[in-house]
This record gives sequence, structure tokens and C-alpha cells, in this order.
Amino acid sequence: MRRLTWFNTVSLTIGFAFLYIPMLILIIFSFNESKLVTVWAGFSTKWYGELIRNEAFLDAAWVTLRVAVLSSTVATVLGTMAAYVMVRGGRFFGRTLFSGMIYAPLVMPEVITGLSLLLLFIAIGLDRGIITIVLAHTTFSMCYVSVVVSSRLVSFDRSVEEAALDLGCTPFQAFRLVTLPIILPAVASGWLLAFTLSLDDLVIASFTAGPSATTLPIKIFSSVRLGVSPEINALSTIMIAIVAVGVIVASLMSKNAIARQAREEKAAAQT
Amino acid sequence: MNPRKALLILVPYLWLLALFLVPFLIVLKISLSDVALSIPPYTPTLDLSAGWAGFRDFLSELDFENYVFLSEDSLYWKSYLSSLKIALISTFLTLLVGYPVAYGMANAPDEWRPTLMMLVILPFWTSFLIRVYAWMGILSNEGFLNQFLLWTGLISEPLTILNTNTAVYIGIVYTYLPFMILPIYATLEKLDASLLEAAEDLGCTRAGAFWLVTLPLSRPGMIAGCFLVFIPALGEFVIPSLLGGSDTLMIGKVLWEEFFSNRDWPVASAVAVVLLAILIVPIILFQRQQQRQQEAEQ
Repeated sequence: MRRLTWFNTVSLTIGFAFLYIPMLILIIFSFNESKLVTVWAGFSTKWYGELIRNEAFLDAAWVTLRVAVLSSTVATVLGTMAAYVMVRGGRFFGRTLFSGMIYAPLVMPEVITGLSLLLLFIAIGLDRGIITIVLAHTTFSMCYVSVVVSSRLVSFDRSVEEAALDLGCTPFQAFRLVTLPIILPAVASGWLLAFTLSLDDLVIASFTAGPSATTLPIKIFSSVRLGVSPEINALSTIMIAIVAVGVIVASLMSKNAIARQAREEKAAAQT
Repeated sequence: MNPRKALLILVPYLWLLALFLVPFLIVLKISLSDVALSIPPYTPTLDLSAGWAGFRDFLSELDFENYVFLSEDSLYWKSYLSSLKIALISTFLTLLVGYPVAYGMANAPDEWRPTLMMLVILPFWTSFLIRVYAWMGILSNEGFLNQFLLWTGLISEPLTILNTNTAVYIGIVYTYLPFMILPIYATLEKLDASLLEAAEDLGCTRAGAFWLVTLPLSRPGMIAGCFLVFIPALGEFVIPSLLGGSDTLMIGKVLWEEFFSNRDWPVASAVAVVLLAILIVPIILFQRQQQRQQEAEQ
């Protein structure tokens, strides 16, 4: 008994307007001619031009991208290992501590994670820079990856894995030929999650970055503290556009994949 | 245990021990140390080369001075209380805004739902910092909200919203709204519509059926959503520092300033330990609730 009453329509409209209007305003005013960000003075793309010429932003973007690619890749490997151990590993010494350490970073306030990692890096005398940000980001995002991957590992049919082992696969071959292809979509979305978490992180990066490495969020934060600026609006628009395209493409791809799977199953049932 | 499996366990295990547990123990230790004008700016440092005697000296110099300081200086307990208050109020507001949206989504035609889901998830992938920043231009004195309200004639003087607690509430509700909508939607979507039909057949009005059937059955989703908003809101730093004013006291901001501006590492560490102690209660409650939920579903 689904019925879209006027109440539902109104609440959906208001809810989505609330979610999207602030971002729309940001996008519209990134094309504003005037430096005053709240007064419309005609269409212009000059702030995008200024942005491209701003070397500090470009450097920061490059640092951020390198950190995100490195940390999300290492986090995906470690997180998948952790998920496999948690779901298939059976009992081992210190399992409770291990599962605690996987879930704790998900609820730990960022200020505490950042502070504690910084104090560690100082205690062991590691110079702060790109490496320390990568280490920090890998640590918290591997936990997100492991949650995403383990939910997939729990739900799939173990007998396929066992069949591979019965047919003479080594455990590693069984993982590579059977398990990995099945959990691959979850591993991919784990990587994507880790990647965006790293791109987005301000607090942990601020603690763990040294003067030599400034990431884009640190740069944005220090300039928006002084107020709204049209250049930041332009930068935000670019970032929103990349995410929107990415999410829409990913959802269309998964829709197609589901449709294809349904077709194949139907075809298999007919033969 | 074969060596391959051992390796599989050891690599992520050691990583988390070294980069999660050990750093936290360091925070705990520094919170018991004293400030010093040195690098690093605290004493004592553990001198392992001095062996057992060094360790004993190290222990004897630790004390709870920083915690005593936290309890005596009203700034700190006021910040903890005000963080709790802000987190509680904004969680409640998020519930009020999020529930009708989740309810609307659950009642929407089937073919709309993937799109609506995507629209809720999309902001989650968008930079948190940018979404908070977007409100700075809206809430300022010359901002869009004031321009709009002046234009409609509802107000004659611009309202001061930016740099107040109101702006912090708006910021938290806005950024955490998807976390509230998704779990509520998940429970509402599973709700058996025949229960509502039965209630109406038995003489309930539609509002009565909502109150007696839908609302109680969506409780697990509401509880999960509230925890998902409350826990991160309590330690929030970005929102109070961009949207809040100088009188907005939130513990995440106090910790940040203690560390970066005052450079008082021992006190910053003690602030962190106490914040964690406060958070442990809602975290454990949340885990229990999730477990009960899973058991109920099986």
C-alpha cells in the first residue's frame, strides 16, 4: 500500500531542496563576475581561470591526489586481508582485540585519531610529510574497506570456494580464481570509499601533515576561514561535478550489471 | 597454523597495533605528563636505555595533574557540557527533518526509489568541508537567507546567524542528514503494509495507524540514525570552527586550539582521553542495539 500523499510530496521536496540548494547556490555563484560573492554581476568564468593559475592550489591538489591514490590502494589490500581474516580466519589469538581495532576507528573522533598519530610520529622521530599523511589515511580507511568487504564475504555462498579446493586448487588459487572475482565489486567500492575519505579529510591531515605537504582540504580550510571567496566556489564546483559524474556513472554501471546478470540467469534457466 | 594464514593475520594486525593502539597509549601517557619547554614539549620521556630504573623513574613522574586541571578550569567542563547539548539538540533536529524525508521515500513509487536513494547518497560522497562552506555564504549578514527574508518583508533588519550556535545546528543537520535518512528508510521500506491495512480496517485513522504501527516499527532505524549523528557530532571540529562563533564551545575545537595555539600537548591529550571516555557510553549502547537488531532479524 504505497501512496504518495501530498504530505510525502511536500516533505520530499523540502528535504531534497534543503540538501541541494546550498550546493546549487555555490555552483551558480562560481560563475559570478563580481568578487562580492552574494551579489550577482553577470556570467563569467574568470574565477576558473584564476584557479588554474593559482600554483598553491595546484600543488595542494597534486599532493592530495597522490596521498589518496597511495593510501586507498594500501588500505584496500590491508582492509581486504582484515575482512578475510575476520570472516574466514576462524579463531586465533587476540581476535577480539583485532575486531575492536577494526571497528574503533570508525567511531573515533577525528581530532583524537589525528592527535594520537601525530604524537606517535613525533615519538619515533618520523618527519611529517606525504608519508605520514598516507600512513594516517591508510589506517582509518582500511577499517571502512574491511567493513564493506566483510559484508560481501559474509553473504556469499561458501560452497563455491570449497568446490574449488576439492577440485585441487591451493587456498591461494581458490582465493584468486573464485573468491576475489565474487567480492571484487565490494573491493572496488571499498577502494572508492577510501579514496574519497582521503580526498576529503581535513582534521587528520592537519595533524599529520608537516609544513612540506599541504593537502587541498587544508588549503581550502585556511582560506575559507577568512570568508567566502569566488575562487573557492569555482574549486568546489569542480569537485562537486567530479563526484556527481562519478556517482551517476557508477550507479548506471551497477544497474546495467544487475540487468545483465538477470538476463544471463534467465537464459541459463531456459537452456 | 600454516605460515600463509599467519602472515594474512599478522600484517593487518601489526598495522593496527602500531598505528592505532600504540598512538592511543602514547596519548594516554602524555596526558599524565607535565608540560616542558623542550622538544617534544612534555616530560618525562621514557628512556628505555636506562632499563628498569628508567622505567621506574618514568612511572613515578606521571600524575593526574592535567585531569585535575581540566576539572578545575570551567572552560573545559563547560565545553564538554556544551558539546553534549549541541550534539543532542542537533541529533533531535536531524531526526525531525530526516524522518519525513525517509517516510516520503518509502512511500514513493518503486521506479523512483533508486534515484531518490542516489540523491541521498550523493551529498555523502561530496566533500564535507565544501558542504559546510556552502552555508557560510547563505547564513552571513549579507547572505542569501537574509536577502531572501528581507525581500519577502518578513524581517526588516538582517538576522545574525553565522557565527552563532544556530548556524552550528544548521550545519550539523545538513551534513549528517543522509546518516539519519538511510537507516530510517531501511526500516520503513521493510515495513509490512498489510499491518497498516489491518489497523485501518480495525478503525484506526491514518494518523492513528502511523502513530501506533509505523512509528514503533521504525524505532530501530531511528535509534541507529540518532547514534550515527550523535557520535560524530560530539567531537565535531570543522562545523563549529567555520559556522560557530567565538562563544561556541565544542570540545573538538578546544582540543585543536589547545594543541595548535597553546601548544599544551599534555592538556590536549587529557582532553582527548576524557572525550573518549564520554563517547564510550553511546558507542557501547549503539553496538548493543545493532547486535539486538541482527539477532531479531535472524
